[in-house]
Amino acid sequence: MPNKTRPASLKNISTHYCSGCGHGILHRLVAEVIDEMKLSEKTIGVAPVGCAVVAYDYWDFDVCEAAHGRALAVATGIKRCRPQNVVFTYQGDGDLVSIGLAETFHTANRGENLTCIFINNACYGMTGGQMAPTTLVGQPTATTPWGRNPKSGEGWPVKLSEILATLSGVAFAVRSTISSPREVIKTREYIKKAFSNQIENKGFSIIEVLSPCPTIWQKSPINAMKWIDEEMVKTFPLGVIKDK
Amino acid sequence: MTSSFEVNINKDKCKGCQLCIFFCPAKHLKLSSDLNKKGVKYVAKKEASKCSGCGFCFLICPDYCIEIYESENI
Ligand SMILES: Cc1ncc(C[n+]2csc(CCOP(=O)(O)OP(=O)(O)O)c2C)c(N)n1
Repeated sequence: MPNKTRPASLKNISTHYCSGCGHGILHRLVAEVIDEMKLSEKTIGVAPVGCAVVAYDYWDFDVCEAAHGRALAVATGIKRCRPQNVVFTYQGDGDLVSIGLAETFHTANRGENLTCIFINNACYGMTGGQMAPTTLVGQPTATTPWGRNPKSGEGWPVKLSEILATLSGVAFAVRSTISSPREVIKTREYIKKAFSNQIENKGFSIIEVLSPCPTIWQKSPINAMKWIDEEMVKTFPLGVIKDK
Repeated sequence: MTSSFEVNINKDKCKGCQLCIFFCPAKHLKLSSDLNKKGVKYVAKKEASKCSGCGFCFLICPDYCIEIYESENI
């Protein structure tokens, strides 16, 4: 097991996230992996628009901000100009699957040698809990107060990792969660693998992480973790989807 | 030779989510009765119980308030 202290690539400041939010855990995992692989001087992250918009305030390595949904387009530009750097994006479901779907799909299809960390919390967190493409059937949100209903034209949850896995350019697609310490350790290993893939020039890697949003889900942090294990994994099964 | 573990809690970073309390197998952690600078009840160590150093609290804490140090007693 790795050190049980704050990784050096994570600044010693309090985040703006709500109590029990998964972004905090994921920021730490990314920083831990970057420190362990000694990549902090080589890494360029691309932050999304969403709750994690100020991720650059928390990480102590280079991070660039992209317009809503365009993180992978920005990352493509950075990586093509500076192939010696390790480039990753950190994006929510609204950013990656909704407004940025075209960029996401084509970056993956081109097989850009990038790492994409996808935080799936089944809602738009930052803007007040509207329906996201990943919202579960029956899940109430600000824009579907009676629950998402495919029959009234609201569609079904998009399983982005499975869709991207069908593309030849994608080297690694996995879905994990951070709903317990055990799952946190697994997610850390997947993030590490995705960064190693990039160093080995394997192509596009995506790690989808089911992450709690207790505020929007209107659950206690502990019940939010339980809801991931009991409900979310039924729609979004965990595990490696593709490993080329 | 045995090791003992010291749990360090930065109480002013704690947002009181209680995930560490829930996942601690030794039930070594509890919620304080007073408030921290953020105005929430923060996590604190129980006096009598002993930490086994599993690191679950560190792994699940979203706010980096918990660090665990190992000291060796010979
Ligand atoms: C071009 C544009 N359209 C809409 C918005 C409003 N907006 C900000 S964040 C967001 C959704 C973010 O949701 P998600 O990516 O799931 O991240 P989360 O906040 O849940 O972490 C939207 C629609 C914007 N900032 N820019």
